[in-house]
Amino acid sequence: MAVETKIMNCIMCPLGCEMTVTIEDGAVIDVKGNTCPRGAQYAKDEVTAPKRMLTSTVGIKGGLLPLLPVVSAAVLPKGKILECAAYLRNVTVQAPIKTGDVVVKDILGLGVDIVASRDMEKI
Amino acid sequence: MNQLYDVIIVGGGPAGLSAAYSAWENGAKKIIIIERDRELGGILQQCIHNGFGLHHFKEELTGPGYAHRCIELIKDKPEIEVLVDTMVLDVLRNKTVIAVSPAKGLLQLEGKTVILTMGCRERTRGAIRIPGERPAGVFTAGAAQRMVNMEGYLPGHKIVILGSGDIGLIMARRMSLEGCKVQAVLEICPFSNGLTRNIVQCLNDYDIPLHLSHTIVKIHGEGRVTGVTVSKVDEKMCPIPGTEFDIECDTVLLSVGLIPENELSRGLMLEMHPLTSGPVVDQHRQTSLPGFYAAGNVVHVHDLVDFVSEEAEIAGKFAALEAQGKLDKNMRTVKVNPIDGVRTCVPQKLSLPQGGEKAKLFMRVAAPQRKVRLEVKSGDTVLVSRMLPVAKPSEMIAVEIPAEKTALMGDEITVGLKQ
Ligand code: SF4
Repeated sequence: MAVETKIMNCIMCPLGCEMTVTIEDGAVIDVKGNTCPRGAQYAKDEVTAPKRMLTSTVGIKGGLLPLLPVVSAAVLPKGKILECAAYLRNVTVQAPIKTGDVVVKDILGLGVDIVASRDMEKI
Repeated sequence: MNQLYDVIIVGGGPAGLSAAYSAWENGAKKIIIIERDRELGGILQQCIHNGFGLHHFKEELTGPGYAHRCIELIKDKPEIEVLVDTMVLDVLRNKTVIAVSPAKGLLQLEGKTVILTMGCRERTRGAIRIPGERPAGVFTAGAAQRMVNMEGYLPGHKIVILGSGDIGLIMARRMSLEGCKVQAVLEICPFSNGLTRNIVQCLNDYDIPLHLSHTIVKIHGEGRVTGVTVSKVDEKMCPIPGTEFDIECDTVLLSVGLIPENELSRGLMLEMHPLTSGPVVDQHRQTSLPGFYAAGNVVHVHDLVDFVSEEAEIAGKFAALEAQGKLDKNMRTVKVNPIDGVRTCVPQKLSLPQGGEKAKLFMRVAAPQRKVRLEVKSGDTVLVSRMLPVAKPSEMIAVEIPAEKTALMGDEITVGLKQ
């Protein structure tokens, strides 16, 4: 059986706890050093299927600014982040927009919406 | 006719907004926020990434999301007036504020109290003196962030970032997401000045190399940047001859630190702290000049906006109390001295009423250390002691001193690290 330990920093909050993660045959069997349960969950995900939030911008017409900041409503597979970001580069919406409005539904069929992270009034 | 405000707030970023809300909550009846940008929210509006608000709003928000929450709190309150697109030109020691805006012309406002929340700005190439040509394509990371996230254009395509502060790291990821190639991040110190999570999710995720103890010794290009020469540095941060190598790029982003923006504070002749570059304050965030308060990055550069809000709420509260004549006048002063590995501590002094008062200290250490004990002492008496698994200069440490412990203090306390 292949047992290995890995030093990993949790990225779920700015504390950035340094964790010692024990992995046996590709599965996490022990996590030490995390301050809260989110750290252990992060370690498990990171080993099996890493996930990340995505923040970017889309174009907006008729608002105060030419860009609208957006955020994924949930985490996306890490390997799909660049593809999602490339997709968003070609999206343009129309003002007015409210914080939380869905800008792209179910991006690339991954089951996650992209939502506005600020209001943009029509001017 | 000039109107008399309870609280005049200079700057409508997170500190100003949180101060306004707290002043309102604490009974101030006439509050005004003066902001020079076209909208409220300050730098948060360009920090579109997430990770804000976990402490303050118990929820992970983006920068604009955090700003939105703060703005919602002060919106539609008749007691709180907002002026945007208005630049404060001068603040006088008698609490007169002179400002100008295209819409209203020259304005003169009188306050019972003033809260300074101007934030900070970035160090520039001039401030760190990089030799070489002066081609186009050198930007501060924050200026590039505004271009990419708000204005809608890219500063370049092949990027080298000097400095591993959080803005630099965040921009490394941001440029990668926009399809640019980030060639490297260079850090003159042997450690990064950014949060660990940002090294992981902004550099490692995108296979961007971080060269510690390296700096740019020359920028190449005529008209436009074509590359940089990089060198390893020794312990004194001097380039080591023979270690140079070249990196091709069309853009250099500087993320070499932030400086509190204190022209107004200096004009007021407030006592300034040489290491924080901000005004000296007590735990109420009152400066050396009675009636003047300061909070947020103008006092010391924070790594978390959540702490900016916390600090600003304190300033807002005590400014409001002072405006209503409710501030205890009989307070004694206790000096706070950072020693043994602690570089800075805010507040730099405490103003304590009889019986003491709860106080929170925010510190930065001088160099990274592991497994150290932080001790707050008055003479030989240990008031508060806490084990820290890691202490890094990039991560501000906060400790609270309970009221009954502050009552035990002499004229001076120390905060230091012990192995
Ligand atoms: S383990 Fe918990 S406290 Fe530590 S970094 Fe992760 S989320 Fe933050």
